[in-house]
Order: sequence, then structure tokens, then C-alpha cells
Amino acid sequence: MITVDLGYERTVLYFGGFVSGGSLMEYFLQQLINGITLGSIYGLIAIGYTMVYGIIGMINFAHGDIFMVSSFIALIVITALGLTVSTGLGLTILALILVLVTSMVIASVFGWTTERLAYRPLRGSFRLAPLITAIGISIVLQNYIQITQGARVKPLQPLIENGYTLMTRADGFTVQLSNMQILIITVTIILMTIFSLIIAKTSLGRAQRACEQDRKMASLLGINVDRTISMTFVMGAALAAVAGLMFLLYYGVIDFFIGFVAGVKAFTAAVLGGIGSLPGAMLGGLVIGLIETFWSAYFSIEYKDVAAFSMLAIVLIFLPQGLLGKPEVEKV
Amino acid sequence: MTHTVNDPVLTVEHLNMRFGGLLAVDDLSFDVDRRDITALIGPNGAGKTTVFNCITGFYKPTEGRITARHEDVASFLLERMDDFKIPKIAKVARTFQNIRLFGGMTVLENLMVGQHNPLMIASNYTFGGIFGLSGYKRAEKEAVELAKYWMEQTGLTARADDAAGDLPYGDQRKLEIARAMCTKPKLLCLDEPAAGLNPRESEELNKLLLFIRKERDTGVLLIEHDMNVVMGISDHIIVLDYGKKIADGTPEEIRNDPSVIAAYLGVADEEVEEVEHEIEEGASS
Amino acid sequence: MTDTANGAPRPGRHLDFGKVAKDLVVTALIATAIFGSTIAFRTVSAAGGLRLEVRYDIAFYVIAAVIVGRLLLWLFFWSKPAGTSAVEVPAGIKSGMAKVSAKVGKGFGPTMLIFALVFPFLPFTDRYLLDLSILILTYVMLGWGLNIVVGLAGLLDLGYVAFYAIGAYSYALLAQYFGFSFWMCLPLAGILAAFWGIILGFPVLRLRGDYLAIVTLAFGEIIRIVLLNWYQFTGGPDGLSGIPRPSFFGLPFTRREGGFSDFFGLDYSSFHRIVFMYFLILALALLTNFVTNRLRRLPIGRAWEALREDEIACRSLGLNTASVKLTAFAIGGMFAGFAGSFFATRQGFISPESFTFIESALILAIVVLGGMGSQVGVVIASIAMIGGFEIFREAEQFRMLIFGLAMVVIMIWRPRGLISTRIPSIFLREKKAVSADMVAQGEGH
Repeated sequence: MITVDLGYERTVLYFGGFVSGGSLMEYFLQQLINGITLGSIYGLIAIGYTMVYGIIGMINFAHGDIFMVSSFIALIVITALGLTVSTGLGLTILALILVLVTSMVIASVFGWTTERLAYRPLRGSFRLAPLITAIGISIVLQNYIQITQGARVKPLQPLIENGYTLMTRADGFTVQLSNMQILIITVTIILMTIFSLIIAKTSLGRAQRACEQDRKMASLLGINVDRTISMTFVMGAALAAVAGLMFLLYYGVIDFFIGFVAGVKAFTAAVLGGIGSLPGAMLGGLVIGLIETFWSAYFSIEYKDVAAFSMLAIVLIFLPQGLLGKPEVEKV
Repeated sequence: MTHTVNDPVLTVEHLNMRFGGLLAVDDLSFDVDRRDITALIGPNGAGKTTVFNCITGFYKPTEGRITARHEDVASFLLERMDDFKIPKIAKVARTFQNIRLFGGMTVLENLMVGQHNPLMIASNYTFGGIFGLSGYKRAEKEAVELAKYWMEQTGLTARADDAAGDLPYGDQRKLEIARAMCTKPKLLCLDEPAAGLNPRESEELNKLLLFIRKERDTGVLLIEHDMNVVMGISDHIIVLDYGKKIADGTPEEIRNDPSVIAAYLGVADEEVEEVEHEIEEGASS
Repeated sequence: MTDTANGAPRPGRHLDFGKVAKDLVVTALIATAIFGSTIAFRTVSAAGGLRLEVRYDIAFYVIAAVIVGRLLLWLFFWSKPAGTSAVEVPAGIKSGMAKVSAKVGKGFGPTMLIFALVFPFLPFTDRYLLDLSILILTYVMLGWGLNIVVGLAGLLDLGYVAFYAIGAYSYALLAQYFGFSFWMCLPLAGILAAFWGIILGFPVLRLRGDYLAIVTLAFGEIIRIVLLNWYQFTGGPDGLSGIPRPSFFGLPFTRREGGFSDFFGLDYSSFHRIVFMYFLILALALLTNFVTNRLRRLPIGRAWEALREDEIACRSLGLNTASVKLTAFAIGGMFAGFAGSFFATRQGFISPESFTFIESALILAIVVLGGMGSQVGVVIASIAMIGGFEIFREAEQFRMLIFGLAMVVIMIWRPRGLISTRIPSIFLREKKAVSADMVAQGEGH
């Protein structure tokens, strides 16, 4: 699948999922599975955008790069543990949990530090300033990883193989649901549930929702706004780290530029779902994943980013509140 | 008990505005006379600003017709016009409850932006202006003269080159009115012009509004809570409650209308007395 | 805390050692997490998969440097009494600084202009410096162009490089397919870019702030992806080469007879063409500046600034905000189109790689760093950014890293840019600069 080597265009190509020949129902079904898998990854990243945008109203431009950094950390831990495909399934899963926790923790530190250094000093300042620092941080993270980890693509041998054949067509085309896909979708559902519960039930979640509504009032009521915002970044980064590991395991190749395109698409997903809405981000991620997969499968793989970006424009223009967001009435 | 409107500059007929399940304006009809200062009053949340937003095109009414008429019998159906065309063509200007000035631009610049459309034509849509054609220079000079005129009327001449955001609150209110007047409107809609003004400033505002009505042939429609202003200068009052018109008449009629006092002020008796007293005061001043 | 509440911050050193020690421990932990993970370990390809390369030493030095740096900050910057900001400047000095900078600003423009005019003839000017100046001037021009959109109209555009690309490809393709000369293509490229500005502007008319930014970013990427994949027409990733060089009013810069040097009786030198290029971009940049300044004093320019200040008020005064926005996109795009065709003729080769998002970010950073709306600010910021970039040429690998860090540090240091005052477009008696605190930030705040 690696054909050209042109900056990040290279990585863009992996995003399409596994396109194989075939047509009609079975082919459609296979694309649906692939699309949902990809959509889960986008959804996990999108949550970070949606939470940060909800609480401080800025696009955390560096969020995609936190995702990228976390996938590198996951790769380092996997290599350090010496995981290969021959490791037994039970042991692999245990090891992957360790990998996941490590990369979530370290990605959280990256997310926290980013907020502390580049965004907090500018809180309440000129609105463009944090956007510029976010772009700056994005550049820093990309180049930092390029310097420390190298500019080359990092391949990882598949750790989890096999799967289930759901259907076999007369001409031999099979619809596959791989173990990897099952893992990604399951983990996404579990983590989505955990984070929804955190937002809905814990005092941290209440503080977050309060800050979303009215930051000044929240602070008057004794909520530590700075801490709440920091925790939002930490949670977003942790979920991005989940996506980072899933991406690494699913596609098996990463490089320092995967954050940019994934970031823009995940932001599209967040907007599509309705910014500020967690289920919306997940739904948006699925829609974007499906659009991209079907576009690559049925039209052209070269222009699939055009499809995703056009989707962004179309959504913002015709449905600015998103699928699950609340419409905004212009205050005069 | 209706105040007769002989020459309406604005006619609102069966206006309805619905936000989701909420009917903010309910079958409202009224006229605004060209030579009157008309006040739209009512308790908070009665839908006054919504009516304004419908008139000036910021909201599209759910139902109803809003007509603006010029002296030359030209008439405009405002509910069908784009918001920016209402001041441009139908000549209905407005101010805002929370002042909306161009804070980083000077007083003079604010007033020049108010004259954007004629200046745009004078500059041949920029193509003439960029080459410095004399027609534009003359038009610009005239525009500055008009701005100076309104600065004098509002007492802002000394602050002409200061940033609008730097002005004290009362001056900002006046500048917003001056800027609206620079569009040469037939009807000026003011959303709580006296809010936040001290008694002296409020008095100056009264004078300014009376001047606008008498000297500039501009009808005035205002939303106001300050009874001093409402009773002191308006010729015609319309009372809204829960989006419905509950009274329409001269200040005298409104003052003596028990349903207004009851509905407008709620039920607490002592409050009624308090405000009756206030109204009295407003009338005598 | 009480002494500062009384408004009399006492100079002196209050170092709470417990607090500092705690802070340093936290710093150490964070630095270990960040650098200990990504510097200390590096995956490298090996036979049969990946292998881990360990570099504890480098990681250790970096972590130590962070901790020492933090300690130094505590000792020398944050040792003032609690409650006072480390970089608080008294109001008197602040206003004095504003006055000085306003005075400097007045003389600065003309001085820079004269310097720019004589620069190619100065004794120390060599080919390298001239090439660098051409690059800086290109960014000055792009910055001035984007300033119309972002600084004046307050429309956050993250896809400005698309118009630059359209200008460059317009010239390259028109020259390739129709054999048009540079001087014919220059206006055409500008018009085409302006036209695209309107096309891309239409869908985003209703969008505000960050949403506008992200959609313009998407448009920039779409155009780049199309350029990259439309092989037959644009050459795809290989780009277009052999783009003709401009002539001096019909005189080509060649050694042959009838060339520029032959006509003027000069010895042929490749330097002539570079000097010509220099003056070409200088003229184009000055044109941008002149037109922008002129437009600011016209109703359209005031409408742009009014739009930045308050869109709803604009509509209440009868301004068609849609056309105000579209003209800003169109005119901003036009100048990028001019700059793009200059870029194409100077390089002789273009490919989509020159028009990535980083370019848009760089131009935007120049505008914001310079101070939104300030023309002089753009010049200073361009010199600082591109010149600074050049200084770190040696540290090839670290260049972008330093660039990104500089963007962050500068924005935190001066969130409103270097020159943050606004000069009114018209005045009655006295031209007073408007302080940045008054000036609005643009759409959607």
C-alpha cells in the first residue's frame, strides 16, 4: 500500500482501510466493518477536541500531534516488551493493557504540559494568540518526534492475527471481521462508557460542565477552573493515546506526520457530531470513518481527504450545530 | 382608547414570533407615526427586543407583516428584506440594548461607517476612490460634514479622534444614536437608550430625541424602562405583556389604565403604588 | 498577599524553599515522562522487526537542563513577592514605551524604504543576502496581503497559501500551455486568485472565528491535494518545471545579443537578474502596501475594519457584510496570486510541496506577530522570522523545532503582536493611535 513518499501524503494512504476487489453486498459489508473501525479511532481523537472546545472555546491544534506522540510511545513500549505475534493471546492482551496504560499516562503528561505552557498563560488574552501557540506546539511536537525518533516510517509486525469469516461469496471474496477490529471496537465502547460516566457522575465532570456553561460563575462557586481545564486536556490526551495505540496496531505503520491529517479529520468529526457533545464526537467519528472508507472503496483513494475536508465545509455551512449539538440563536 | 396615527412610517400587522415552543410575540399589531416618538414598554421578557429584531430584520417573523412607508408613498415589506437592506433601502435604523460600537475605531470613523452606502457609490465601488477621483473627495468631505453635525448635536465634537471604546458609557449611547442618524433614517429604533444613564445624561437624551423628531423628520420608536423618558417625551405608548399588546394610547391614557399597571407591574400592591408614584413624577418633570 | 493588595509591591526576595523544592520535583517528574520516554528510547529497524536504541545520557542531560532552567527561573524571575506578575511593567513606562514606539514607527517606514531601495548597491550585499532579501520581501508581501483578510477584516484564514499556489500554478500553466509572458500572466494570476477567493469565500460567509479558520484550512488542503493528484494537468508531485523567467520590458537576462546587458552595454552578469528580481518583488510588495493603505481610507476599508469590530452593528448600518467579506477574501487572494506568480518565475520550478499548511501558518504567524493590521509590524516580523530561520540554517534538523518554540514564546510574550496600536484612517484634528485593548479581535469572539 505504500506507494509514494511525499511528506505526509504517504501516511494519508494508510487511512483508507483494506480495499480489496469485489462488489455488491459482501463488499459493502466489508467496507462497513472497516469504516466503523476507522471511525472508532477518529471518534476517540474527536472527544479530545470536543471537550477542549467545549470548555475553553479553542481548537487545540496540537491534539492530533498528541495522538501521534502517543502512538510512538506505544511503539517504544511494545518494542521494549518484545511483543511479537508468537506471544500467546492472553499474554499479548495483558501486555497491551500495560502498553495502553503507559502511553495514556505519558500522553496525559504531554497534554497537561502543553496546556500549562502554551495555553494557560494566554487565557483571557487575545483570541488568536492561543491558536498561534497551538500551531507552534504542533510544529514543535512533530519536529521533536522527527528528531528523536527519526523521520522514517516505523513499521510494526501485526501482533494480533486471524479473525472470523462472516461470509464467503461464490467467487471467493470473503467478509472478514478481524480480531484486531473486534479489539478496537470493544475498547472504544468500554472507554467511551467510562468517560461518559466520568462526565456524568463525578465531581470533575460536574466541574467541567459548569465551566462549559460559565467559567466566571464556576470559579465564583469555588470550582478550580484552572485545574478543571488541565484535567480536560489530560482526559483528551489519554483518549488520544488509546486512539494512538489502536492506530498503530491496526495499520502497523506510523510516522511523525500522522497527527495532522488525523487531527483535522477528528476535528471534523467533533464538529459534525456537535461540538461539546461526547456522543456526538463518537457519532461524528463513525460518520467520517465511513465516508472516508466508502469514498476510497467506491470512488478514488487519492481524493478521500478531499471528501473528508469537503464534508467539514458542508457540515459547518449547513449544519453548524452538528448532529447532536444545540442550535445557537444569534444574540442581538 | 387608541392614539390615532395619521401618517404611519411603520405598520406592524399580526406579528407572530415563535422560538421552538415559546411564542415570544403573539399577534401584535401597531402603527408608528412619522411625527411621533412612540414607546414600546412592558416588563422584562415581554418580547420588546424581539419585536425590534423582527422590524430590523435580525429575526424573520413566523407570521405577520411589517411595512415601512416613506413620505413619497414608497413602501417596503420589511419581513421580506435582508437585514442590511432595511437600513439601506427602507431607511429604518436601530441601536442596541448592549451598545454595539466599533470600539477600536474613532468616533469620526464610526460615523463614517454609518455613511457607508452613499460613500461606496461615490467611490464608484472603490474603483474611482482608489485613483483619487475628485467626486469621491467631495463626497467624503460632505460625509465628514454630516458627521461633524451629529457630533455637535450629541456633544461629541471634542472626542472626534478618540476611540469609541474609550468613551464614557453615556457618550457611547449618544454616539450609537449619532451613528444611526448618519444613515439618514426615516425611522429610528432605539433599544433602551437611557439604560445606565445618570439623570443629567437621561435629560440630554430626551432633548436629543425631541430634536431628532422635530428637526430631522425622523420617527422614533423606542423601548424603555425609564419612566422619566417614556412619560416625558413620548406621544404614543404601546404596552406589551407576554408578547401580547395590552394597551395602546397616549401617555395620559396609559397612565390611567388599570390593566397596564396590574399586568405590567405584577401583583404586589406596594410595588404598584411605588411605580404609580414614579409615573407621576415622570409626568410632572 | 496583603502588601500587594495595598498596591505597594515590595521589591525583595521571597523564596519559599519548600514550595520551590516541590515544584522542582514535579518538574523533574514531568520532564522525565516527556524526555525519558521519547529521547531515552528510540525504535530502529532491525532484522526481523524493530529494536530499541537506548540513549539515557542525552535524556539525562535534557532533563537536567530543564530542572536547572526552572531553578534559575525561580531564583531570578519568580523571586518577587507573591501576587505580582514577574513581568509587570508600570503603567507610566508602558505608555512611554507606546509613545516611543509610535515615534519610531513614524520614521521607521521611510527609513526602511530608502534602505530597501539602495540595498542591492551596498558594498556588502552579495548574492546570498540578496536572495535572502527576495525571500523576506515575498513574505512581507504575503503578510501584507493576509493582513487585509486577518488584520483588517478580522477573518481568520488558515488556507491563505492556496491563493499563493493558485497564482504560481496560473503563471506556470498559462506560460506552458499558451506561452504567455510573465507580464501578461501577472495580472491574470491575480485575477484568478481573487476569483478563487470569492468562490471559496461564498460558502464560509456565515462561519465565525475558529470554524472559519478550520474550513479555510480545509480549502487550502483540498487545493493542494488536487494539485498533487491531477497528474495530467499539474504534473502532480513532480510539479512543473522550465517556467520562463521574466524579461526587463522585453529584454531577457541572457548573455546573447539583444539581452539586458547587451542593450545597456554592460558586461553580462547573472547578478543583474537577481537585482531585477529584487526590485520586482519590492515593487510588488510596495504596490500591496500602497493599495492597502489607500483602501483603508476608502469606505471599503472602513467597512472591513468595522466588520472586525462588530458584524451585527455593520448590518444594522446597511453594510452588506457578505460582499464586505468577499472583497476582503478577493483582494487578499489577489495579492497572494501576484506573489505566487513571482515565486514561480523566480524558482523556475513549482510543486505542491511548496504550498503546505506550514506556509499558511508561517504567514499567519508573521501577521499576528507583527501586530494585526500593522504594516510596519509585518516587515519586522518577516525579517525576524525568515531571517531567524536563516540563522539556524546550520542546525538544519532543529530549525523547525526552534521555529515552533519561537512562535509559542513570542505569542506568550506579546499576544497582541509587536506593534499593537491602530492608526485611524481619518481624523478631524489629531491622529491618535488607538490602543490595542480597544481594537476587537475579529469574528466570533
